Amino acid sequence: MRKSDGFLIVWAALLGLFGASFVDAVMGLRQAQPGLAEKADMVERLGLTDLVLFTEARYTRHPSQADLHSAFQDHPFALDHFPTGSLLPPPMLKRHPG
Amino acid sequence: MSPWLHKQRNLLDFTLSSLSRRRGKTLGMMAVYTSIVFVLASVMLFSHAIRREAATVLAKSPEVLVQRMVAGRHDLIPARYLDAIKGVRGVQSAEGRLWGYLFDPAAAANYTLMVPTNPRIEPGKVVIGDGVVRARSADPGDLMSFRAHDGALVQFKVDKTISRDSALVSADLFLVAEEDFRRLFGIAPGLFTDLAISVRNPREVTKIAEKIDAALPDTRIILRDEILRTYESVFDWREGMLLVLLAGSILAFAIFSWEKASGLSAEERREIGILKAVGWETGDVIRLKMLEGMVVSLSAFLIGYLLAYLHVFHFGAGLFEPVLKGWAVLYPKYRLAPFVDELQVATLFFFTVFPYTIATVVPIWRAAIVDPDTVMR
Repeated sequence: MRKSDGFLIVWAALLGLFGASFVDAVMGLRQAQPGLAEKADMVERLGLTDLVLFTEARYTRHPSQADLHSAFQDHPFALDHFPTGSLLPPPMLKRHPG
Repeated sequence: MSPWLHKQRNLLDFTLSSLSRRRGKTLGMMAVYTSIVFVLASVMLFSHAIRREAATVLAKSPEVLVQRMVAGRHDLIPARYLDAIKGVRGVQSAEGRLWGYLFDPAAAANYTLMVPTNPRIEPGKVVIGDGVVRARSADPGDLMSFRAHDGALVQFKVDKTISRDSALVSADLFLVAEEDFRRLFGIAPGLFTDLAISVRNPREVTKIAEKIDAALPDTRIILRDEILRTYESVFDWREGMLLVLLAGSILAFAIFSWEKASGLSAEERREIGILKAVGWETGDVIRLKMLEGMVVSLSAFLIGYLLAYLHVFHFGAGLFEPVLKGWAVLYPKYRLAPFVDELQVATLFFFTVFPYTIATVVPIWRAAIVDPDTVMR
């Protein structure tokens, strides 16, 4: 077998897997729909507002509900010492509705 | 087989032989290239999927939330605020919510305590999320005790546990009855954590929020739209932070690959000279070298992307867990729904495969148009 044959087979396999990843994503999304609906239903029923991603501090557990500048609220110049603080965006200015 | 195809196969054979003569360099280059594509694709796939999941799941979160602010801090809100809100035209319903945090010294973890209205929990019983189950090895029927605000012990019997499938929104939940919540924290009847409001016409949400803001100036109003935007911005920020951290290595790789692709070694120069001397045309030499670039970059892209896809959607994005987890004790076990943005994948393809392939052309063209005799000397 020529080198190019072996290589083309590998490339064809990789391209096939690349295509298959999109098919897998479509099928995965279809399978995930009941789970997503269940989570959305739980959010509606319990009135939840945030994902459980950062449970280390109260202002990182519910970023959408936290006080403005909550990382610095304990006393002036109190710097945030939780690692998540560096991954959360800086506080947004209070938006008046409208 | 057509002569054109035959020629391309021969070119590919020659390219592979040429690459295998520099096996160590080529494999090293491929490994670095693949890791860069893997990390970039993982960040991209993870951020997009979690943004879409947050938007889908939180689309039914409360339409409007009203918090009371005292001296710049979130404070308990009296029930009489409900009457003022119900008086605003367009408000369909308004109810007080009770929720807060409870530190459990046994697990060194913070739970989110909530009082659900549907279904109601019986006093003395608790429904717990999957994270709490794992942190406390608790099963239905087990007893859990906590010290109330006055030091007295409050005991809960685990009634049910919430399925792991919904851990992304419920891992740290500790659902209790209203009486138990008030007993635990010493909150008097008639006080709530915040108020949840639903409106008749969703298009009037901002107008109604304005009216509430005017009627109750000591409140902070959070719209559902703002909750969704928070998650957009959290993950935009996170993606940006990771890309900034990666920028140094991406730049180093760009310099390395540019140097590798655009600078010709004496050996490569000699190879081009020999090819020209034996009758190869300039176009063929350029095609050969472009093919070399494509073999490396396209293979690296395909392998890197496939590994990233498996990492994010089939192995729970394990490499990102320490970054997301921070110092948290409770972390949900979840599998993201595979939301893939084809445009993002195309952009990644364009910015990883094309620059390298193109970078190989200019120096080859320069070397290939010179007299073979001069190049070989």
